[in-house]
Amino acid sequence: MNSPMIVRSVLVAILLALVVGCASPRPEENVATPVPVSNSFQAKGQAGLNRLEQNNMQAVCSEFEGQAVPPELAKRIIDEASAGVRFPTDGQYLGDWRNGEAIARSGAGMQLNDDPAKPNGGNCYACHQLAAAEISYGTLGPSLTQYGKLRGTSEPILQYAWTRLWNAHAYNACSHMPRFGDAGILTEQQLKDVMAFLFDPESPVNRKAD
Amino acid sequence: MNLTGTLGLVLVLCAMPVAEASARSADPPEAEATEASARSADPPDMFAEYRAMLGDDNPAELVEMQGEELWNTARGPKAASLTACDLGLGKGVLAGAYAQLPRYFADTGKLMDLETRLLHCMQSLQGLDTSALQQKPYSEQGQPQTELESLTVFIAAQSRGMLVAVPQSHPVELQAFADGAKAFNFRAGPHDFSCATCHGQAGKRIRLQSLPQLNTVAGAQSSFGTWPTYRISQGAVRTLEWRMADCARQQRLPALQHGSKLALDLITYLGVQANGAKMTAPSLKR
Repeated sequence: MNSPMIVRSVLVAILLALVVGCASPRPEENVATPVPVSNSFQAKGQAGLNRLEQNNMQAVCSEFEGQAVPPELAKRIIDEASAGVRFPTDGQYLGDWRNGEAIARSGAGMQLNDDPAKPNGGNCYACHQLAAAEISYGTLGPSLTQYGKLRGTSEPILQYAWTRLWNAHAYNACSHMPRFGDAGILTEQQLKDVMAFLFDPESPVNRKAD
Repeated sequence: MNLTGTLGLVLVLCAMPVAEASARSADPPEAEATEASARSADPPDMFAEYRAMLGDDNPAELVEMQGEELWNTARGPKAASLTACDLGLGKGVLAGAYAQLPRYFADTGKLMDLETRLLHCMQSLQGLDTSALQQKPYSEQGQPQTELESLTVFIAAQSRGMLVAVPQSHPVELQAFADGAKAFNFRAGPHDFSCATCHGQAGKRIRLQSLPQLNTVAGAQSSFGTWPTYRISQGAVRTLEWRMADCARQQRLPALQHGSKLALDLITYLGVQANGAKMTAPSLKR
């Protein structure tokens, strides 16, 4: 976008280097000094400045946003995500779909003005279509209507969906979906309830729209 | 030797490692048309009907009048008005000033947007202590607009109908754009969100809210010139700085500071892409 500027700057710099040799560049006002992003924020409520420290996935996915992630970097992200998945300790994947529906509707949680004592939501509807009767759904993610009805409830598919909820990067490096299990957004029981919302035959996700 | 170019290079090189600074921004907003049409896909467009009922009336006009009075009234230890404030086009020149911000100001050696420039003028011309204003730049719901909000609406309205022309001539301005572009993709926090998460694709929405694609000219042009805006759902005027801070909140990041480098970088990034769009602020949004 600013390539003419960059080209010109490079030319000027080469000339400058020829003139002054290898003298170190003069500090130019305060702008030449890297400014940590944390200088633009203040900790507030439960949102501390440590939230600005990127992990490997966040750093790589920031750099390659909107582009193909180099295979070796994608592999590391996928491998780390897969290794971190914790399946239900009791082997039960499905909780109460009614609770799961409430979690899917709630966008509360982890914001600087949210009460950390209250449960977090999953906000699934922000990005996904779920129950066909609910018309207020987002489109950043794929439609999940009829999710369980179309896929059944075999162990492999339950494990797959659980893994997607826990850390979607296990299947899709640099997915935009939050790591609901891995990042501690939802509890194990909440994840089970969301799973039930997706898979239970009685769940509105799997029933026809009225 | 071209000092400007040299400085530019220093900036570019020095900033590369850095640039990841930042985080993202904006969100829900967007062009009034976009917001209105957002809902048109499914339910009846109640918002458009409401706006049609209002006609040309926008509650922001009241705020605009308050801002005008603040601008013209002698206040502070120096008992001065703000009419000698230079918003980038010369002392007291209001027409078109907002459409050309943020910009680099030689007298402060900094990139400033309207809101930070207003604070500067309140300090330098009126002798006011603006620290409290900067700590609480946005009104609470149901409370009167802050002085900064009122002034912003008044100044922005003086650019209505003009074209956005955020400058990219000084190296600091170029650097702000570059840093803003990188900040747009910065993923962080427990939810891993960046600006691009919501604003990096075309034709998407959150719930029923249409999302402008803010890393494109068309998307930025649909949104930038509509700010500040009167948010019907909040019963208050909201500014671009508010938009950045509230997106950061929804991203689960800590509190993005008013007038911070990251906020200005992002606003510059959006504004430069929006160059050529018509200013319609103060607008009316859901």
